[in-house]
Amino acid sequence: MTELPEAGPGTATATSGAPARAMPPLAEAARADKRGSAVVCSGLTYRFGTYTAVDHVDLRIERGETFGLLGPNGAGKTTTIRMLTTLLRPMAGTISVLGVSASERPMLVRRLIGYVPQLLSADATLTGRENVELFARLFDVPRSQRRARVEASLAAMGLTEPAGRIVKTYSGGMIRRLELAQALVNAPSLLVLDEPTVGLDPIARTDVWEHIAALRAQNDMTVLMTTHYMDEADTYCNRIALMHAGSIRATGSPGLLKATLGVSATLDDVFRHYTGGTLDDNTESGGIRDVRRARRTARRLG
Amino acid sequence: MTSAAPGAPPAALAEPALLPVDTPVVVLRRLASRIATLCWVELRKIRHDRTELYTRAIQPALWLLIYGEVFTKIHAIPTPGGIPYLAYLAPGILAQSALFIAIFYGIQIIWERDAGVLTKLMVTPTPRAALITGKAFAAGVRSVVQATAVVILSAILGVALTDNPLKLIGAACVVALGSAFFSCLSMTIAGLALSRDRLMGIGQAITMPLFFSSSALYPEKIMPGWLQAISRCNPLSYQVDALRGLLIGTPAHLGLDLTVLIVATVAGVTASAALLPRLAR
Repeated sequence: MTELPEAGPGTATATSGAPARAMPPLAEAARADKRGSAVVCSGLTYRFGTYTAVDHVDLRIERGETFGLLGPNGAGKTTTIRMLTTLLRPMAGTISVLGVSASERPMLVRRLIGYVPQLLSADATLTGRENVELFARLFDVPRSQRRARVEASLAAMGLTEPAGRIVKTYSGGMIRRLELAQALVNAPSLLVLDEPTVGLDPIARTDVWEHIAALRAQNDMTVLMTTHYMDEADTYCNRIALMHAGSIRATGSPGLLKATLGVSATLDDVFRHYTGGTLDDNTESGGIRDVRRARRTARRLG
Repeated sequence: MTSAAPGAPPAALAEPALLPVDTPVVVLRRLASRIATLCWVELRKIRHDRTELYTRAIQPALWLLIYGEVFTKIHAIPTPGGIPYLAYLAPGILAQSALFIAIFYGIQIIWERDAGVLTKLMVTPTPRAALITGKAFAAGVRSVVQATAVVILSAILGVALTDNPLKLIGAACVVALGSAFFSCLSMTIAGLALSRDRLMGIGQAITMPLFFSSSALYPEKIMPGWLQAISRCNPLSYQVDALRGLLIGTPAHLGLDLTVLIVATVAGVTASAALLPRLAR
């Protein structure tokens, strides 16, 4: 794994060829100690049968940052997210979310996170307000605060006016914002977004990201996201990790990662550099489940 | 459609809700809260779209109007105390309509898995067993709403049903309990089958045998010996027995019936909660 320090481009230490494990820079470690990291994964491993989906992943995400987990289909991003959100129990390694062990206290970890899955998961047969209220109830928001929190979540996502409408009448961008409102109703410290803008048109994508950026800026919330859109990662992420074949190949700010490949390098170049740049037939890259899931989402978005 | 520029998040979102420390009382209260929440969702859905209620009422209506009326006239099936066959049949059809609703809850949970809804529910601080119990009782709520339509139809056809409110409430509880079990059975099969197509096939394969091997249509004593043995293992028979006792006053074993239904529901919740992570994988 290549770890790039949070310093000027001149200090970048990206490597090519055989991945080398590197400890986080001292400055970053000191900052993490002072504030405490939002997420710390160590030796995280998960296998499906004989296929190793996530292979000894070490990851540290600082509080308040927007962190992007990038990689081709089948790289292990979603499996990593599923372990972080307690949906899967790691076969090896540890996860700490805001200082809480995910394997020892999964219920507490769930209280700390807001999760927006890749698929459009709002209930289309309920109204927008009912969808948010459902999550307020499931997160045990006290009845005395529930209405205020539901309305605040809807207002933060600009959905107050259509909140009484059945969700099947919403546009794709509105559904995504509604899902963010659901995730926000418990005021999570860590917001986990699995390809939040997949299938959205450029205007809706920008709209969703503007809302996420505003929330993060004003709530000091940590955001962990996966995306296939390099422009989004470049614009909105403080740091990114490039994942390939179950391993983290490089970590650093988009600017630094680009700088290591040359002045005119783009994040697409960085992506190709660390992930091989070709479709890998030997892994489950772009497997039928991934394609089917993405198409299902796109179809629901119209 | 895009929204207006995002503003500052309101103060109400600044802090997470404070929670009491987990004690057995708090855990039980939370379980009750999850059940209430998922039942609330089911009622909201019924309120928004009643089409299913009307379409699902057709089949029990046909059973009562055609099968019930014909067999009442030909006196082919002996009934306890010589009560009209239609009266004997009505509780059986009530249980059948609840069974048909509940048995396809497994398909719903697979749909929720495919749509990402289940994943998101499983990332809330809701224990798996509470999620399944909530869904099971949500199936019960839907079945009770459906059963009300069958009771009204039976009354219109002249079936002398009890007007004792306590017995009616008891019957509603029995319908809910039976539906909770059959929905758990369906969700357990969903956890094994993992696909809608497979579950549709299995659901259709077991629904009618469950119905015909129960005492819904005919008394157990006229069944062949092997079918009697199956009927005694079939929770639907106990549900029908309890409903007949409560609604039309035939001799029933209410204590045994309720015990079987409760034990079966607890076993169903345990099995489907254990298999739920397979669906999320």
